[in-house]
Amino acid sequence: MAKFSKKDKGGVPAISTASLPDIIFMLLFFFMVTTSMREVEYKIKIKLPEATESKKVENKSLVSYIYVGPPNEIWAKKYGTKPVIQLNDKISGLNDIQQYIEEERNQRPEEDVPKMTFSLKIDENTDMGIVTDIKQEMRKAQALKINYSARKQQRKK
Amino acid sequence: MARKVPEINAGSMADIAFLLLIFFLVTTTMDVDTGILRRLPPPPKDGEKAAEVKERNIFIVLINKDNQIAIKGELADMSEIKDKLKEFFTNPTNNANLSELKTVQQVLDEEMSKGEKMDKEKIEKCKKIISVFGPSINISQGLVSLQNDRTTTYGKYLEVQNEIVAAINELRDELSKQTWGVVFDKLDEDKQELIKFIYPFSISEAEPRRIGSQSTK
Repeated sequence: MAKFSKKDKGGVPAISTASLPDIIFMLLFFFMVTTSMREVEYKIKIKLPEATESKKVENKSLVSYIYVGPPNEIWAKKYGTKPVIQLNDKISGLNDIQQYIEEERNQRPEEDVPKMTFSLKIDENTDMGIVTDIKQEMRKAQALKINYSARKQQRKK
Repeated sequence: MARKVPEINAGSMADIAFLLLIFFLVTTTMDVDTGILRRLPPPPKDGEKAAEVKERNIFIVLINKDNQIAIKGELADMSEIKDKLKEFFTNPTNNANLSELKTVQQVLDEEMSKGEKMDKEKIEKCKKIISVFGPSINISQGLVSLQNDRTTTYGKYLEVQNEIVAAINELRDELSKQTWGVVFDKLDEDKQELIKFIYPFSISEAEPRRIGSQSTK
């Protein structure tokens, strides 16, 4: 034992940290590439339904979202526990939908407007009544391309 | 001339990178939006009547307020929808209760006989289909009508939608594999268009109406 401890003169040699920035940069680039900014702050709880046939929605910049679900704990006092509609950061009513669609369209270049998709993120326990009402409003506003947002699930064999 | 440039201390580079990294970590959401893409029918115009469809060509799926499913008036299970629907579309036994069988030749002749009102695009497609699949392939005439109560839960509704989409996707895949040996998604756009014409996504999400009274006995 004593033989070995004689050789090193105490202390651990310093680990070179020169490559640390490289590692961090690599991580940084990974997150920069995969990142997408959080769209809105949820005021409602949404548990999306599952579907085996759900496909990836292409062209995220041309997608606008309509959220439906029961208000979360913070907002339940104000809005109750029945499912409500959230557009952008606001909890809205049915009559706001047409205006919202118009606003979303105005934000996109004109030639992209027909390609726009409205993704419905709806809690799975919502009644169809409110969903049907929303769909009717969207038809009135000529927003016909919709996406029923659902989590991908593998089909059971 | 050549003066020695003092080396820049890169020790704090890691700190800067860390800061950026943490920023992206916090703001990032990794989820991609997935879902079932559908097209809503345009709003009904005044005085315009809905196109008439023969009764045998309509496959009615009804979901009541208790989330029970009925196919053509009969109580059914979720797992049955897909197979029944596939049978309904292809109608291999030429059953009079299932959807009508119409070959592409018949569709073409019908369109031609319309005279001035004929749809050139449709004729073009029919001709292409004849050249690829032969004149005796059937064009699906079926239409799925999905009806629901106002208190049906959305989850159940989407599950049924999913089954319908699955049925059509499977039919498309089968035809595509038979003809080209690859699945529908791998085909080029022109070929996809042809198959889409043979098996269209004909789902009618019914105009809302109250069907609660039917389901409460």
